[in-house]
Amino acid sequence: MNRTYSRRASLSLAATLVFIRVQLARAEEAEVGIDNFSFTPAELTVKPGATVIFENHDDVPHLVVTVDGKHRSKALDTDDRFSVAFDEPGEYAYFCALHPHMKGKIIVAP
Amino acid sequence: MTCREDEGVDRRQALECMIWAGAGVLWTLSGGVPKSGLIGSATAAEAGFSFVQISDSHVGFDKPANPDALGTLREAVDKIVAAPVKPAFMIHTGDITHLSRPAQFDDAAQAIGEAKLDVHYVPGEHDVIDEGQGKAYLERYGQNAKGAGWYSFDQAGVHFIGLLNVVDLRAGGMGNLGDAQLSWLAGDLAGRSDSTPIVVFAHIPLWTIAPEWGWGTEDSAKALALLARFGSVTVLNGHIHQLMQKVEGQVTFHTARSTAFPQPAPGTAPAPGPKLVPAGELRKLLGVRTVVYQPGAAELAVTDIALAQ
Repeated sequence: MNRTYSRRASLSLAATLVFIRVQLARAEEAEVGIDNFSFTPAELTVKPGATVIFENHDDVPHLVVTVDGKHRSKALDTDDRFSVAFDEPGEYAYFCALHPHMKGKIIVAP
Repeated sequence: MTCREDEGVDRRQALECMIWAGAGVLWTLSGGVPKSGLIGSATAAEAGFSFVQISDSHVGFDKPANPDALGTLREAVDKIVAAPVKPAFMIHTGDITHLSRPAQFDDAAQAIGEAKLDVHYVPGEHDVIDEGQGKAYLERYGQNAKGAGWYSFDQAGVHFIGLLNVVDLRAGGMGNLGDAQLSWLAGDLAGRSDSTPIVVFAHIPLWTIAPEWGWGTEDSAKALALLARFGSVTVLNGHIHQLMQKVEGQVTFHTARSTAFPQPAPGTAPAPGPKLVPAGELRKLLGVRTVVYQPGAAELAVTDIALAQ
């Protein structure tokens, strides 16, 4: 009885761990830094469902907007962050709406 | 000599009055060749007028390149107040604020208001980054404006055009005027005599200075084509926080200093942005501009005055 219980508990624990791992995978995060009027890295590949965090390290504001217009940050002052979750596979070109020569791309691929 | 506005200002007086306590070097551009030393050689002419330009005050900026941008704006206004000739009005070529926040607009308005002049604004990209993407600017300064904020007005025979090239920017591009504004400009110029002196002012330069830094306007050639028939066109800009000039046919371009912080010259740094200089150097790189119009003169006389020598 004890043994059966123990085995069940183990299975349950394993299932929980698998569940947690799935959750962690779903919560993948990646960061794009903004330094010296450049996105770093300028091209970033993430898994579907990943959250990309843009962080401005310049002493002037930047404003991240995707070319398709679906995602738009507020004006990011120094050290401000902007998070976007990318669920659908594809390529998402973006730029700085204040300094449009600043360009980057997020590639979402399984 | 005295410099009193109510007596009218002849060319000689205007030129002398422009040298504010020896603070500025007077120069004009003729055919692309800078000339100076006109003082004393000019002959009396009809009364003209002067106006001042300030730019890129970035109120709210507090980073090491200038921890007190509001303070240096106040110093710039003090320069204008101290001028021996009262200007007819002021233009501000954008980036009034750093982050389009209401308190920054308020502080800027209060500091600039000390000049007690009418002020004609155009926004910079820093003035249209509120939640409403320019709504805050238009509510304050857009009463007489069309579209996102362009307009024109006349002063003593000179036609002034405030253009807006900081919205609807496209990935990889530079400043942008857009078809609606260009169409309005064509209508605004229609019927005006070729001899009407034109002053165009906008935030981002209307000629391409550094495309890799976005220092230019994508469709400025279309605007310049509409202006090509006029005998005297002066284009005043901000955005790049340093003095640059160019002459192309009948058009003279002048970019202005900031009142907040300098930026590097193209090719001298990996990126644009606030340039940190020794504290004693900062005010030599900030300043205000006065422009004098004399009827009959092809070029307006432009004088740039630094906050400190």
